Amino acid sequence: MIRLRKVKEKQREMAENANGGAPIRRQTAGELRLHKDISELNLPKSCTISFPNGKDDLMNFEVSIRPDEGYYLGGTFLFSFQVSSIYPHEAPKVKCKTKVYHPNIDLEGNVCLNILREDWKPVLNINTVIYGLYHLFTEPNCEDPLNHDAAAVLRDNPKMFESNVKRAMSGGYVGNTLFPRIM
Amino acid sequence: MADSSAPQSRSRDLDKLLLRPGNLVWPTFDPGAELRDDLQQYARVLVVGAGGLGCELLKDLALSGFRNLDVIDMDRIEVTNLNRQFLFRLEDVGKPKAEVAAKRVMERVAGVNIVPHFCRIEDKDIEFYSNFNIIALGLDSIEARSYINAVACSFLEYDSDDNPREETIKPMVDGGTEGFKGHARVIVPGVTPCFECTIWLFPPQVKFPLCTLAETPRTAAHCIEYAHLIKWDEVHSGKAFDPDHPEHMKWVYDEAVKRAELFGILGVTYSLTQGVVKNIIPAIASTNAIISAACALETLKIASGCSKTLSNYLTYNGVEGVHSKVTEFVKDKDCLVCGPGILIELDTSVTLQKFMDMLEENPKLLLSKASITHHGKNLYMQAPPVLEEMTRANLCVPLYELMGRVTKDILHATGTINKDNKKTSGLRKLRIVFKGIDGVTDMDMAGGA
Repeated sequence: MIRLRKVKEKQREMAENANGGAPIRRQTAGELRLHKDISELNLPKSCTISFPNGKDDLMNFEVSIRPDEGYYLGGTFLFSFQVSSIYPHEAPKVKCKTKVYHPNIDLEGNVCLNILREDWKPVLNINTVIYGLYHLFTEPNCEDPLNHDAAAVLRDNPKMFESNVKRAMSGGYVGNTLFPRIM
Repeated sequence: MADSSAPQSRSRDLDKLLLRPGNLVWPTFDPGAELRDDLQQYARVLVVGAGGLGCELLKDLALSGFRNLDVIDMDRIEVTNLNRQFLFRLEDVGKPKAEVAAKRVMERVAGVNIVPHFCRIEDKDIEFYSNFNIIALGLDSIEARSYINAVACSFLEYDSDDNPREETIKPMVDGGTEGFKGHARVIVPGVTPCFECTIWLFPPQVKFPLCTLAETPRTAAHCIEYAHLIKWDEVHSGKAFDPDHPEHMKWVYDEAVKRAELFGILGVTYSLTQGVVKNIIPAIASTNAIISAACALETLKIASGCSKTLSNYLTYNGVEGVHSKVTEFVKDKDCLVCGPGILIELDTSVTLQKFMDMLEENPKLLLSKASITHHGKNLYMQAPPVLEEMTRANLCVPLYELMGRVTKDILHATGTINKDNKKTSGLRKLRIVFKGIDGVTDMDMAGGA
């Protein structure tokens, strides 16, 4: 039985002591696990991470990828990451902020990467997600297309795909779509 | 049995539990009218959620002798609630659930006082939650449960032998239902597993690959998710989708129907659309009644000590016949939320760098290359380089200053654990106590400087 009166007094006293002045921010177990993932990041030179809201907001950050080989060599691609408070139960939400001509990334920035959705497991971490994104540029595949035109070209005419990618990265048109210059 | 001419006491059934001794009572159980009156006068219970479980819980608790209840819910009443949230009527649609629920129960049970709170659980500060003896949960998401669990466990304090301090324990009773299935559990922070200790029990969420949605849908759910996740952005780029906005939902439904027709898929209905988009499973009144009855009974047991509580996780399955089982899960001693962590005593002059060196030498930790965080403020990060630079200056500042000059608090450290010649990655909870400040004298020396 919880000694009703005593419990009440003790807890009021504790709440007063705890809140000296500023309210203490609640830190979820998800944020702690994220803190661990971030402090253990081991990124290749082609990937850099930045925290637009400062060092104390690890839940929203950006990753910039500059592939050093393949069709997308020379381009810079920006991804936004949003991590939820129940991480790692839920995968981080990743969107591509750079408009890109890519079979697995559509024009709205949705990224088709299995570990972001159906293959996400709590044992994965931010490092694996960033490596997965990097992989999309070094090995685009026409099997899981979000952009079916790009996927078709990659499959049927790799030389044309290569020139489409270069033209898009230089700020030109592919079909009716204008891409921003990112080289 | 009383004869029909004598008036029956309102608390006739409750008296059977509270006025006489028994075999399953708690050691501190003191039967008598004073216990019944104390329950009415002093016990304060918070009911979180005024929906399917919340309505039943309020009724059950009011009828079980509790007189001081609070209920918190951020939602308004919708027509689809009316099949089971029995405190609400058609004319209440649109009104705040917490307010109507409180009003209806107070009308029917004389003497009970229910204070409604029409707001989010995050909007209340910690002082609000400290007022209650027991928190009863009728929630519908992992996030909300995780939040309340963190709040309740934040009151928990341990003594120098790593035993929970009884007066800091804030028990919770958590119920959940889904169609014909449900669970009820008793969470006593520091004693039973908390919500985070057993979060690994949840199966991974069902997520379809985006490319399946875009290229090769096969089911009605694929069509709905295509409209919800892909088509919406294409047409309304920039505008966020709001599942509670009926026009948005209708738009998604119409697009899903078009998509289904294109691929010859059957089964897209408006209610399936709501279910897939909002992750809703149809609710049944009897499941809610069963689970909240279990929760209310546990609340009564904890408050009065009149019987052993269920220990500690009850599952109910009414899909075929009725099946119920109680499992005793074990607390995770390394739990970041409810665990004791490692006690570390420090002088106020110890710098962050010196503290990190101590972590490496502490035999209970052996933690090197540590990154330290204090309630979300990152004191030092080993990686990535951009954060290491931003936090490097903190290394020569006394930890006491960095932590805002509190006498004691919790820190979390992550790094490499070197044990038995094996290196593993670890995340540890640390209980920091600063010595030499008035008031803190009754702790045994344990490790430390």
